[in-house]
Amino acid sequence: MESAVIVVVGADKPGIVAGISSKLAENNVNIIDISQTVLRGIFAMIMIVDISKSKINISKLREELQSKGKELGVEILVYHEEVFKYLERV
Amino acid sequence: MKYTADEIVEVVRMLSEEDLDIRSVTLSVNTLFALSDNLNKIIEKLDNLNSLFSRFSSTVDKIQDKLGVRIVTKRIAVSPIQYFLEIDGIEGLEIAKKLDEMAEKNNIDYIGGYSAFVDRGFTKGSKRVIDTLSETMNSTRRITGMINAASTMSGINTDGVRYFTDQIFKMKPEASSRVTIMANVPPDSPFVPSAHHGNGMPEAMISVAVSGPGVIESAIRRNNPKNFQDLHDIIKRSAFKITRLGELIGKNVANELKVSFGSVDLSLAPSPKVKDSVAGIIEAMGIEKMGGHGSLMALAILMDAIKKGGSMATSSVGGLSSAFIPVSEDAIMSERASEGYIDFFTLLALSSVCNSGIDMVGISKKQGKDKVVGLIMDVLAMGITINKILGVRVIPLDLDPGSHVDLGGLLGKVVVMKLKEVNVEKFVNLGGFVPNTIKRLEMG
Repeated sequence: MESAVIVVVGADKPGIVAGISSKLAENNVNIIDISQTVLRGIFAMIMIVDISKSKINISKLREELQSKGKELGVEILVYHEEVFKYLERV
Repeated sequence: MKYTADEIVEVVRMLSEEDLDIRSVTLSVNTLFALSDNLNKIIEKLDNLNSLFSRFSSTVDKIQDKLGVRIVTKRIAVSPIQYFLEIDGIEGLEIAKKLDEMAEKNNIDYIGGYSAFVDRGFTKGSKRVIDTLSETMNSTRRITGMINAASTMSGINTDGVRYFTDQIFKMKPEASSRVTIMANVPPDSPFVPSAHHGNGMPEAMISVAVSGPGVIESAIRRNNPKNFQDLHDIIKRSAFKITRLGELIGKNVANELKVSFGSVDLSLAPSPKVKDSVAGIIEAMGIEKMGGHGSLMALAILMDAIKKGGSMATSSVGGLSSAFIPVSEDAIMSERASEGYIDFFTLLALSSVCNSGIDMVGISKKQGKDKVVGLIMDVLAMGITINKILGVRVIPLDLDPGSHVDLGGLLGKVVVMKLKEVNVEKFVNLGGFVPNTIKRLEMG
């Protein structure tokens, strides 16, 4: 499995989770783990997704999610899981 | 694999807020297969490298896209041009122009290797590299050059220092930012301008330099250390993570290109951006202005902690492992130099604990060449005495001390620092060779 970490931050409003997850489904990217919280009106979400069966590569996925993020008024960061593994696991 | 939210937030903060990025990925490649007594043949053979250069360039972009980590520059290091110029009738400038053009075509930021080794004396080729240095740098944009004029093994070639100084006085500011004079240059540095493909290296190799001063600075500010051990520990932990990122990128690029992975410099290099400053780390430690008393100890702690943290993160250490303090490329260093907190003697003192030497400082041409020769001699003498890699990269300008010029991009704001108004003409013009020190005997 090849996974990626998606971080979403922004002002809370309805439809953020739906918007992002439908974009992921569209590209055959499966959500493995999701944690979401709203802190003083700030929406924060971390997702771990499986990109091994994705229709598009990670850089294209990043691009698409970021433009979706613009529509939704949130900032979206997408990193390959390897980065976390290298920095956080020895 | 499971990650906690804290771990994810830490990585994201390092990459997106604290400006942790990869300063350079360098492909070092042997170009000696192109040696010939016919210039056209050399050019023709070098052309064969275009496909490797373009694959390298696209691979770096691909890895950057895949991992989402910014890679600031792409560099190539070639075999020292000295070897080509040992043969009569070969034009260094023509080879340099060819390499420059290949770099531009393949989207490579710098190509290092207009270099020569003169620490024990001159050969025909090394002398020709020096003699053509200003013309070559003035007529190219991406090639970089290095003269190794001193080594613990050999001593110091003071004539080399004088010839080099003559050359930089004839260069445009942007051109002199692409040359350095060194003591004990390593064969595998990914750093410009000293990058070159050295002896003892494989056919091709990937090296990486990281740039994460912002991460260390904010780790210190956030954790508010209680004592020096605490401070050392905080830096060590951050350095470990920074170096790991370098190794991840380096291995990815090397695997993809099927080239051997060389080394990660256990280094911190600043950039002129805010929050990406080595001086900022020193100030976060509690020195109000970089250059104040205690700065040397602060830098020494930083250096040691970086090396200790980094050496656990990668098994292949190399190049120039250090904290770099190129004055113009570090926004706070540059500011402190304008304010007068940093002068040449401060930089010399700092060089005793890190490897930069005197880097990216403006000098006034009006103050004369002799003082510059003396300054370079001071750095090289320190290099061979304490057995360190040190270099000098100064930018001669037609300006008065205290003024500055902005070179833009990674090069930043070059401040003209005042050389001491003391006549050193008689000493620096003694000429000849300074013998290697007693350290040489310890080496066998």
